[in-house]
Amino acid sequence: MSRRVRIALLGPALLGLGALFAWAVAGLPAFGDYRGPYGDLLNKVVVPLRHTTNVVMGTTFDVRGIDTMGEEFILYAAIVGVTLLLRDESGRRQVERRTRRLATDSVRLVGVVMVGGGLLVGLWLIAFGYITPGGGFQGGVLTAGAILLLYVVGSHRDYRPFRNEHVLDPLEGLGAGGYVVVGLAALASGSAFLTNLFGFGTPGKLLSGGSIAVLNWASAIAVTVAMLLLFAEFLETYVTPLEPKDAGS
Amino acid sequence: MSYLPYAVAAWICLVGIAGIATSRNLIHLAVCLTVTQSSSYVLLLSVGYVKHGVAPIFKGTKLGTPAVDPVVQALTLTDIVVSVAVVALILALALDAHRLSGKVDPDGLADVSG
Repeated sequence: MSRRVRIALLGPALLGLGALFAWAVAGLPAFGDYRGPYGDLLNKVVVPLRHTTNVVMGTTFDVRGIDTMGEEFILYAAIVGVTLLLRDESGRRQVERRTRRLATDSVRLVGVVMVGGGLLVGLWLIAFGYITPGGGFQGGVLTAGAILLLYVVGSHRDYRPFRNEHVLDPLEGLGAGGYVVVGLAALASGSAFLTNLFGFGTPGKLLSGGSIAVLNWASAIAVTVAMLLLFAEFLETYVTPLEPKDAGS
Repeated sequence: MSYLPYAVAAWICLVGIAGIATSRNLIHLAVCLTVTQSSSYVLLLSVGYVKHGVAPIFKGTKLGTPAVDPVVQALTLTDIVVSVAVVALILALALDAHRLSGKVDPDGLADVSG
């Protein structure tokens, strides 16, 4: 389809979609007029039953824990896809990169402070994810982002441990597999898959939520390492661009 | 009594689709897809909003305070993860396409084979 035809079709299509949207929205309750029973129900029962004060994380890792396992594997599958697409084994070059330094010390200083701050906030978001706002997914992305900043303000050499697949791959397995193991442990103890096993602890304390805390850390590891693997694959392609195979033509 | 957040979600979605259809750069296309997908975050969070409700986190808030729906918030989290996964794949494909053809315009890829 040529570009002109596509844009000519786009107008009516968007108008039609907009009309459908308007129709759908007209049937919704007004903003703020919440009617569904599930949200209210969860807000009532999750804290007394699971002792996690963050109901969103209680929902994510307990009430719909199996969905979250699927979600973790969506991310996992995407990383595998990206790796397969970008990794070019034939043209793999292990060239030692020359060390690149940022020009100004002030930029590096601010960057290093941001690495520390980002790591701290990331780990706090993970550790207290089921108590205060946060969680393994959000904290994991922030932690990986803070580590990537090390690449920006430092050198290839500083960042090298964080793109080493011999370290990252087992950790990714630990994160993704750990989630499943918690589920299977419940199965082995005679309950349903992913039944919350451990003691629930005191609401609002770090020792609360039972399995939720473990699942939270498993997904945090999986997400952090998944992001680092993504960065590593893109950096490898971007920093050491592979020559087009038919560069001569 | 307002439908404004729903209208915002619809607008973000339509603008994103228009961007995808008219895009001349695969990276730009990936960003437009992210925009389209973020309309679903706005929609999900709007649907779960309770008037004067607090966040569904009961640390320092008394249990029983009207709070917004935690289900849609958890779904939004899933949504964001899927979005990240899809964007990563599209960017990887864009890099591959550029490596094979030297082009980033999706219209220019029609005559590339393999």
